[in-house]
Amino acid sequence: MTMPVMTETIPDNSTAPEAPAPKADNPDSAGRMGLDEFLEQATDLTDETVGTVTCDHPFMVADDVNVYYGDNHAIKHVSLEIGKKEVIALIGPSGCGKSTFLRCLNRMNDTIETARVTGTITLDGKDIYRKEQDPVALRARVGMVFQKPNPFPKSIYDNVAYGPRIHGIAADRAELDEIVHTSLERAGLLKEVKDRMDEPGTSLSGGQQQRLCIARTIAVNPEVILMDEPCSALDPIATARIEDLMDELCEDYAIVIVTHSMQQAARVSKRVAYFHLGLLVEVDSTDRIFTNPQHKLTEDYITGRIG
Amino acid sequence: MQSTTLILLLTFMAVAAFYFGRRRSLATVGGPGHRMDLHSLPGYYGYYVAIWCALPALLLLSAWLFMEPRLVVALVVQGLPESYASLASGELDLLVNNIQNLASGDVVSIEVDPELQAAAAMFNDYIGKSRQMLAGLALGVAVLGGALAWRRIQPDLRARNRVEKVIRLLLIAASSIAIFTTIGIVLSVLFEAILFFRKVPVSEFLFGLTWSPQTAIRADQVGSSGSFGAVPLFTGTLLITAIAMFVAVPVGLMTAIYLAEYSSSRVRGIAKPLLEVLAGIPTVVYGFFAALTVAPWIRQFGESVGLAVASESALAAGVVMGIMIIPLVSSLSDDAINAVPAAMRDGALGLGSTRSETMKKVILPAALPGIVGGILLAVSRAIGETMIVVMAAGLSANLTANPFEAVTTVTVQIVTLLVGDQEFDSAKTLAAFALGLMLFVVTLCLNVIGLSVVRKYREQYE
Ligand SMILES: Nc1ncnc2c1ncn2[C@@H]1O[C@H](COP(=O)(O)OP(=O)(O)OP(=O)(O)O)[C@@H](O)[C@H]1O
Ligand SMILES: [Mg+2]
Repeated sequence: MTMPVMTETIPDNSTAPEAPAPKADNPDSAGRMGLDEFLEQATDLTDETVGTVTCDHPFMVADDVNVYYGDNHAIKHVSLEIGKKEVIALIGPSGCGKSTFLRCLNRMNDTIETARVTGTITLDGKDIYRKEQDPVALRARVGMVFQKPNPFPKSIYDNVAYGPRIHGIAADRAELDEIVHTSLERAGLLKEVKDRMDEPGTSLSGGQQQRLCIARTIAVNPEVILMDEPCSALDPIATARIEDLMDELCEDYAIVIVTHSMQQAARVSKRVAYFHLGLLVEVDSTDRIFTNPQHKLTEDYITGRIG
Repeated sequence: MQSTTLILLLTFMAVAAFYFGRRRSLATVGGPGHRMDLHSLPGYYGYYVAIWCALPALLLLSAWLFMEPRLVVALVVQGLPESYASLASGELDLLVNNIQNLASGDVVSIEVDPELQAAAAMFNDYIGKSRQMLAGLALGVAVLGGALAWRRIQPDLRARNRVEKVIRLLLIAASSIAIFTTIGIVLSVLFEAILFFRKVPVSEFLFGLTWSPQTAIRADQVGSSGSFGAVPLFTGTLLITAIAMFVAVPVGLMTAIYLAEYSSSRVRGIAKPLLEVLAGIPTVVYGFFAALTVAPWIRQFGESVGLAVASESALAAGVVMGIMIIPLVSSLSDDAINAVPAAMRDGALGLGSTRSETMKKVILPAALPGIVGGILLAVSRAIGETMIVVMAAGLSANLTANPFEAVTTVTVQIVTLLVGDQEFDSAKTLAAFALGLMLFVVTLCLNVIGLSVVRKYREQYE
C-alpha cells in the first residue's frame, strides 16, 4: 500500500530525481540534508513497517493506532508489541510522533482536548481504551517519566509518597516509609537524600530531580514505565546513572524510552522503533537496527544524514 | 487670539515642519535614491524638525497660561483706587473675583460702580494684550526652533536617537503625572487629617466607641457635641468585608478551578467574558440590587425563622459585595492556577491521580501564594467599596457583630460627612480626611502585601 498522503504533500516528487545520498560520516558536515531534500527521496514511504513488530512475550500490544490532533493526523496506522521486561527505544526526527505514541500508552492523550485515538492498545490482553477502563487506574499501572524533571513543590519524602498515598498502597506510616526508602534506593538516590528528606524536591540538582521523579514513578509499582527523553536535560554523568538505573529496572518492568541519542538507544534498549512523520518505519533488535537497517530512512537517520 | 486657535496653528506648523525636514534630509544626500547615506530614516529628520518647532512653543504656551492670571490680577489690583487698597485679603479676593466675573460678563454679587467697571475693562485689556503677545512669541519660537533644526539637518545628524530621547522624556512626563497626583492626594489628606487630630485626639478617634459626627453649628444648639470614636466604623467595615469575602473566596476560587482545569475550551470561551461583564457592572447597580432585592429576601427569610432583621442589613450589603468581587477573585486565582507549570499537572496525572486529587494536592498548594495575593487585593477592593453599603447597609454606626443589623463603613461615613453644605474647618468635615487617611493606609498595606506575594510567586516558576 503506498502512502497517498506523501504524494499529496510533495506534488513535484516525480520531477525531482532521487538526490544522491551524500556519503558523509560526520553528521555535522555539509552532507547533512534538510528535511525538504530528504522528503524528496522519501517517496517509498509506506505505512507498512519493516522488520519485526512482534516480540516473544508481548505485554502491551498496539494495533493499527491512529492519533489525530484536530485535523492533524499525527500517528498513522502504527502497530507495535512491547515485551515484558524489555527496554524498547523510540527514535526518529523531531515532530514524528514519538511522544504522541508514548502518551497513547497510558492515555495521557485524554488530557489533550483535541486529541483523538483510534485502533486498539492492549495491556496484558485487555484493551486499555475499552469503556470500563478507568484511565486513572491505568496510569498507576503504566507510569511515566517526563522530559523535564517535574518534582512537585513538596518535600522529597512527600514527592515519593504522593503516589502510594493517593492509591492507598501503604497500610500505615511504617509501610509508607519502607516504600519511600526502597523506591529512592532503586532510583539510586537514597544515599544522596536520606538526611534531607524534608527539603523540597525542587532543591535537588537536575539529575537528582529526574531520579526523584523515577523514584516517584516506581513507588506506585507500575508494570510499564514510559520515559520521554528522560536525559535530555541532564549532563553525561547524570545520564549515565539513569541509564544504569534503566538496566536494573528492566528486570521488573517493561520500559519504553523516547530518545534523541543513538548512543543511548544503543546502550539501553533491546529493541528500537524508528518513527517518521507519524509512521512506524522500522522495528528490530537494537543490533540489527544499528548494524544492518533494512529501510533507507532508518539508515539515513542513524547515520546522521537527517536533521 | 484664542489659545485653541494658537494650538491648531502650531499643530499645522509642526506638520509642515515634518514635511520640510524630511525633504531637506533627502535633499542633503541628493534624492531618495541615496537615502541609505542618511544616518536615520528620512521620517526621523521630519519628526526632529517638527519637535523643535512645536515643543518649545507649546511649553511657552502652557507656562504663559499658568502665569497670566496671577500677573494680570496683580496689575489690576495695583491699578485700583486708594479706597480698595486697605481691604483685608479675604475681601480683596472677593473683589477680584467680582472683577473677573464682570469682565467675562458673569453674574456679579456686589453693586457695580464705575470704578469696578474700569477695573474690569482694565482686566480685559491686559488679557487681550497678553494673548497678543503670547501668540506673537509662540509663533516666533515655533518658526525659530523649526528653522534652526531644519538648518542643522545633515546626513550624519543622529535624528533617530534624538527623537528617541524626546519620546522617552514624554513618556517619563506622562507617568510622573500619576505619581505626583498620588503624592498630592496623600499630602492633602494628610494635612487635613492633622488639622482634625488637633481638634480630636488620635486616641479618641482610634479607640472611641461612639461615632456621631454632628457638631453644634451654633453655640446654643443642644445635644450635638459630636463624638468621633471610629471603632464602630472599623468593625462595620470589617463585618461587611468578612461577609463579602465569605461569599467571594469560595465561589470565585471554585469558578477559577473549574474554568482552569475542568471546563472545555468552549465553555471557557463563554464563561470568561460573562464573568468580565459581572466585573463591569457599575456598583450603583449592585447597590440597588442589594437594597431592593436581596435585603427584602433576607428580611423575609429572617422573619420566617423568627429572627429580627433590619431592613438594611450588613448581610445584604456583604453578600452583594461578595458577588461583585467574585470576578476579581476568580480571574486572579485563574492566573495563579494557570501559572503552575503544565509539567506539574502531567506529573500528577501520570502517577494516576484524578483531576481533583491533582488539583487539591499539587496545583492548589503550588498556586496558593498567588491565590492569597489575589484575595488580599480583593479585600482591599471590598474595604474601599462604598455604593453598595450606602444603599444596602445603612448609615447608622452600630457597634455590633450581628450581620442582621444595620452597620456603616468608613467609606460611607466619608461620603455622608462631605455631602451637602459644609464648613471646611469643622471637626465634622475634617473627620472625613482622617477616615480617608486610615483607609488609604490600610488598603495601601494590603495592596503592597498582596502584590509582593503575587510577584514573589511569579518569580518562582520562571
Ligand atoms: N498537544 C498537541 N496539540 C496539537 N498537536 C500536537 C500536540 N502535541 C503534538 N502535536 C503534533 O503532533 C505531531 C507529533 O508531535 P510529538 O510531540 O509526538 O513529536 P515528537 O516525535 O515527540 O517530537 P520531539 O522529538 O520534538 O519531541 C507534531 O506535528 C505536533 O505538532
Ligand atoms: Mg517529544
